[in-house]
Amino acid sequence: MNIPVVAKRILLQFRRDKRSVALMIVAPMLVLTLLWLVLDTDDRLVEIAVVEAPEAVYEQLASGRMEVTILDEETAREQLNNAEIDALLKWEEARPILLLEGSDPTNHELIKTAVQQAMGMEIGESVRVDYWHGTEDMNIFHYTGPVLIGFFIFFFVFIVGGVSFLRERTQGTLERVLTTPIHRYELVGGYLLGFGLFTILQSILIVFYSVYVLDMYMVGNLWRVLFITLLLALTALSLGTLLSAYAKNEFQMIQFIPLVIVPQVFFSGLFPVEGLAGWIQLIGNLMPLTYGAEALRGIMLRNENLGDLQWQVFMLLVFFLVFTALNVKALKRHRKL
Amino acid sequence: MIELNGVSHSFGNIKVLEDINLSVDKGEVFGLLGPSGSGKTTLVRIMTGMIVPDEGRVRLRDQEMPKRSLMKRFGYMAQEDALYQELTAWENLDFFASFYLRKKKKERMEHVLHITGLTEYKERPVFKFSGGMKRRLSLAIALVHNPDILILDEPTTGLDPVLRRSIWSEFYQLKENGKTILITTHALDEAEKCDRLAMLRGGKVIAAGSPGEWKKELRTDSLEDVFLHYGGGDI
Repeated sequence: MNIPVVAKRILLQFRRDKRSVALMIVAPMLVLTLLWLVLDTDDRLVEIAVVEAPEAVYEQLASGRMEVTILDEETAREQLNNAEIDALLKWEEARPILLLEGSDPTNHELIKTAVQQAMGMEIGESVRVDYWHGTEDMNIFHYTGPVLIGFFIFFFVFIVGGVSFLRERTQGTLERVLTTPIHRYELVGGYLLGFGLFTILQSILIVFYSVYVLDMYMVGNLWRVLFITLLLALTALSLGTLLSAYAKNEFQMIQFIPLVIVPQVFFSGLFPVEGLAGWIQLIGNLMPLTYGAEALRGIMLRNENLGDLQWQVFMLLVFFLVFTALNVKALKRHRKL
Repeated sequence: MIELNGVSHSFGNIKVLEDINLSVDKGEVFGLLGPSGSGKTTLVRIMTGMIVPDEGRVRLRDQEMPKRSLMKRFGYMAQEDALYQELTAWENLDFFASFYLRKKKKERMEHVLHITGLTEYKERPVFKFSGGMKRRLSLAIALVHNPDILILDEPTTGLDPVLRRSIWSEFYQLKENGKTILITTHALDEAEKCDRLAMLRGGKVIAAGSPGEWKKELRTDSLEDVFLHYGGGDI
């Protein structure tokens, strides 16, 4: 079995290449810190459900910028739990209660203002405000944080993994290794193992820093977060090494960033896409980061377990396995056997 | 030990090798001589199984290439030093040795470092190595699993005469132990040291024989004349 041989060498190389280690661990922390410092709130399309509301209130709300639906209490709560709607307006003992979904703080002010206008009542005084997930203190950093963790892990693993595999090609070691009796899958497997071990460390440090130092909102299980980030890192690694086959040098590897990385930023949920046309939203479904981001948000903001996130985990695994298989196949260019 | 029959290969529509036939016998130092661009490296890569030729057959130890079990049987040294710059000589050697050896690995590693004269530099990272040291480390890697066949692509290019001589004495030592060595070169003084030669030009073998035979045939003392005679003046 040659997989551990390759993995060991990769870890040794990491030990010698402190800058790459820093790039993968410190850079995400630094950028997260910067975003934490500057992020501000903005508005977007929101969906709100009303339960047993007076006709006048409903009409007033519906005339605004929000999408309003009338639901029964049970359905509304379920939809709120799955973050399908942003807020629920209901009455308890003749007193209005505004229940905000809570994991997206960008729309809180918008909803509060609209409800206040529709009902002519002071929010917080006559209308009680509750949060289904999260708390009043949530801001956009808490909301986008999980996505950013996923994004930076994806990005830096993609770059470092892709470039190091590319260097194997350009310095001739890839071909040299393939003149040994190694199987192609063992080489790819060794890369995944070596980087996998390293990305576990990377994920632990970044997640701990985000949660405990930057105080990112986190109600879920830390192990689940690490599981998703590891899965995301492996997907990024397999994609990076695969695309490195189509780059002649490091600079061409960097050229994949606007093609592969930047689009994922726009469609993975960092920016709200609910208001966009269906086919545009579909683009996001083709991107690994979308599933990683959804899963991380689910765990960190809504304490979802892996059962709730089956689909996301499944899709990440599919991406990972497909990219890995293509990697093994791409090596045929160097050796048919 | 190495046998090529009717090997032809093209990259795109450029024909790199045309109908190559040659065989290397056990215990022989065989030289593949030719100017750069003549197809030497492609031919070597075909022998190592990295490239499957468009036409023709390649046999190593009477078995058809490419075949995984044969990969253990030869040691290969590429034209460019394929080494991990940030790792030490020992770590590089250990990495490649691990694909072949389990028991006796350390012993073999110490041995090949000794014969290439690198023992005292084994803890040094490769990026601090001189060109000659890198060549010697590449040779050590090719030798580490004690293969019967050595396929060496320009093993002494860029080395000083002293180092060259020491590497050649190592080749003769290996030959005496029954190893078969195929080297490529464009240096005539090296060609002289081979038992047999094949001259490659424009993807074809234009002459084959031993240096002595050639000189006799053309009634000259210098291999350079032979080279010019077969190769034409426009190399």
